[in-house]
Amino acid sequence: MTIEELNKIKAAKADIVKVRTIIAEEGEKLSKVTGYRKQVLVCGGTGCQSSHSMEVLDALNAELAAKGIADEILVVRTGCFGLCSLGPIVIVYPEGTFYAQATPEGIKRIVDEHLIEGKICRDLLYQETVHEDGSIISLSETNFYKKQMRIALRNCGVIDPEDIEEYIATDGYQALYKVLTSMTPDEVCQTVLDSGLRGRGGAGFPTGRKWMFTKDAPGDIKYVACNADEGDPGAFMDRSILEGDPHAVIEAMIIASFAVGSHQGYVYVRAEYPVAVHRLRIALDQARKYGLLGKNILGSGHDFDIEIRLGAGAFVCGEETALLTSIEGHRGEPRPRPPFPAVKGLFGKPTLLNNVETYANIAQIIRNGAEWYSAIGTEKSKGTKVFALGGKITNVGLVEVPMGTTLREIIEEIGGGIPDGKAFKAAQTGGPSGGCIPAEHIDTPIDYESLSALGSMMGSGGLIVMDEDNCMVDVSKFYLNFTADESCGKCTPCRVGTRKLLQLLEKITEGKGEPEDLDKIRDLATHMKLSSLCALGQSAPNPVLSTLQYFGDEYLAHINDKKCPSGVCKSLLQYEIIADKCKGCTLCARKCPVSAISGTVKEPHVIDTGKCIKCGVCISNCKFGAIIRK
Amino acid sequence: MTEKSVIPFQGTPEQEAQLKEVIARYHDQPGGLMPALQEAQGIYGYLPVEVQRMIADGMNVSLSEVFGVATFYSQFSLTPKGKHRISVCLGTACYVKGSDKILEAVEEKLGIKSGECTPDGMFSIDSCRCVGACGLAPVMLVDDDVYGKLKPEQVAAIIDSYTE
Repeated sequence: MTIEELNKIKAAKADIVKVRTIIAEEGEKLSKVTGYRKQVLVCGGTGCQSSHSMEVLDALNAELAAKGIADEILVVRTGCFGLCSLGPIVIVYPEGTFYAQATPEGIKRIVDEHLIEGKICRDLLYQETVHEDGSIISLSETNFYKKQMRIALRNCGVIDPEDIEEYIATDGYQALYKVLTSMTPDEVCQTVLDSGLRGRGGAGFPTGRKWMFTKDAPGDIKYVACNADEGDPGAFMDRSILEGDPHAVIEAMIIASFAVGSHQGYVYVRAEYPVAVHRLRIALDQARKYGLLGKNILGSGHDFDIEIRLGAGAFVCGEETALLTSIEGHRGEPRPRPPFPAVKGLFGKPTLLNNVETYANIAQIIRNGAEWYSAIGTEKSKGTKVFALGGKITNVGLVEVPMGTTLREIIEEIGGGIPDGKAFKAAQTGGPSGGCIPAEHIDTPIDYESLSALGSMMGSGGLIVMDEDNCMVDVSKFYLNFTADESCGKCTPCRVGTRKLLQLLEKITEGKGEPEDLDKIRDLATHMKLSSLCALGQSAPNPVLSTLQYFGDEYLAHINDKKCPSGVCKSLLQYEIIADKCKGCTLCARKCPVSAISGTVKEPHVIDTGKCIKCGVCISNCKFGAIIRK
Repeated sequence: MTEKSVIPFQGTPEQEAQLKEVIARYHDQPGGLMPALQEAQGIYGYLPVEVQRMIADGMNVSLSEVFGVATFYSQFSLTPKGKHRISVCLGTACYVKGSDKILEAVEEKLGIKSGECTPDGMFSIDSCRCVGACGLAPVMLVDDDVYGKLKPEQVAAIIDSYTE
């Protein structure tokens, strides 16, 4: 492959892809040149595939063939659009019309009415794109997309991730060419350092510094590795990038290999992500076929290849030294640092390890310059960050915003607020290593520093929203359950500490807590933070400490009043039927899985609290609001 | 061995031939033990001690090393799984939307606990950490089928649909 050939591919495909990024008249004009009247994009991300988007895709192709218009319409299976709760998502360009929760039946109507007759199927649209006056807006104008700034996700939901030429059409591999032909390794590292990019996997270490350390480390053999072991439950940005734009990661790893002087790379990816692994394999094969990976890349004389290694379900392997130990084929236990991986990493050799999202920024930094990137964000946190919005929020999905965006903007504007009219209680960031941010801090601009100051952390970018129905003691118990389960057992403070913390929380949620338990928790947490070997143990107390700081009254209610204010902790709950409201419809008695409810028709029923397992089925079925939980 | 499989090992000569091929492929590869175990589990469905021993002998590492790796990672199983594998997501996004109640409903329906297999070998239950379908929370998987936005009362009918 030469640059001429690369540019030829780019020129041939650029307009086709560009139609998907500009809309209205300009897009209309452009689509005429491309030879395709319309383009239909179907989301092939894991979220939409789980809601059967591939059946929609099959139905679409079948219908286009049946109507004889298959060559006028380009069908593209893309990566994640971000709005996972509305899946399967189908977008039609050049209009940018956004069909949500598409079905095989619906897609037939879209073919007949929209693609053939030119009439948009209004009832199938994402309702937010239909204005009160009846006009239809494109997806880029919705609240969900308007405030976003997509750098790491720029190609997700835009290109076909299984076609390297579509990546090349969006300036793909141009940065690699620039690096190989006109930059020195020092200049590459300096550019990355100047951009202000910091590690997106958790701790936020300056990426350029890591590259320099690895470059300067003595040794002939060096490795470049990618951490795609996205273990934080509720975070799925790395998966979406691998599924939607795998070449962005591959290109960045090749650039990194040139910068640090490496010829072999590894991507360590969770085995729980079959779609991501599949697309990454295809992308690697295509890159090799096009001469972008392997020997003598782009004729520069630089050699580099990448191997995939699958994880096997261990959260601790997201920690860098544990990940490298796992690639070596051992139990994924962390090693003491120093020596850092940049000096002594994989197989004892200097190793550069970055996470997926970090790599996804690199090519654009090289192409657009360090100043372009460092102009985005806050003083110490540059660029954008991808968050996985989950939990009690209307628009569950992936969002990318400039650093410094407030939590309120993310939750209320982009996320569409809390469903069912409930009140926002807290947002959890940083997963099992992070903490909860309460409602009073919702206007905090989010960056690495502000989250740490609030007792949480950036982590990989999971952002779980909780409403008034979530019990914060129960939430911290959930996280401790997780860390206790995932502790590798190598060092005592973590192995025993997580277990003891969990036992104390269980005691409190069972109504057996004593006031001094809170002091014990604080004491134990301090010891774990100071003496655990790796970040898993050091940060495991964070969910407890942050909820204790902001929701101390909930802990006290469990301990002193033996009550769970949110009605979650089962041992502290009682279910009761209010006789005045009960119409004796017998529905609850029939639905109760343990036959704990008795009574005759049209007479008030009663619950046998001895038999009741507190599952809540009766409450959710009662039409008269006659059952209460207290 | 702390975990003993109840069902006796029933490996076939074909499976053994496949395993030998896998071992030959990873024998000299640095860090080849993990991928070898992953493929072995793909062949046998689980990693009984007999298979671990073959891998240890074939790759020239100790059985304790193989056992150590096999027990460290949650994806490796030393006991056979059911014909249909039910997996309830207990990731954060699913948990705050009540996936613990989904797991309870599954356990109650099948009369076994998470991590166990029904006596007839039809179903096994596991909990998993985030399949990444957070937009559909709470989520349950039966084999490769994803069931999202679940309510506990829907569970029984879903399981029944696999017994017919």
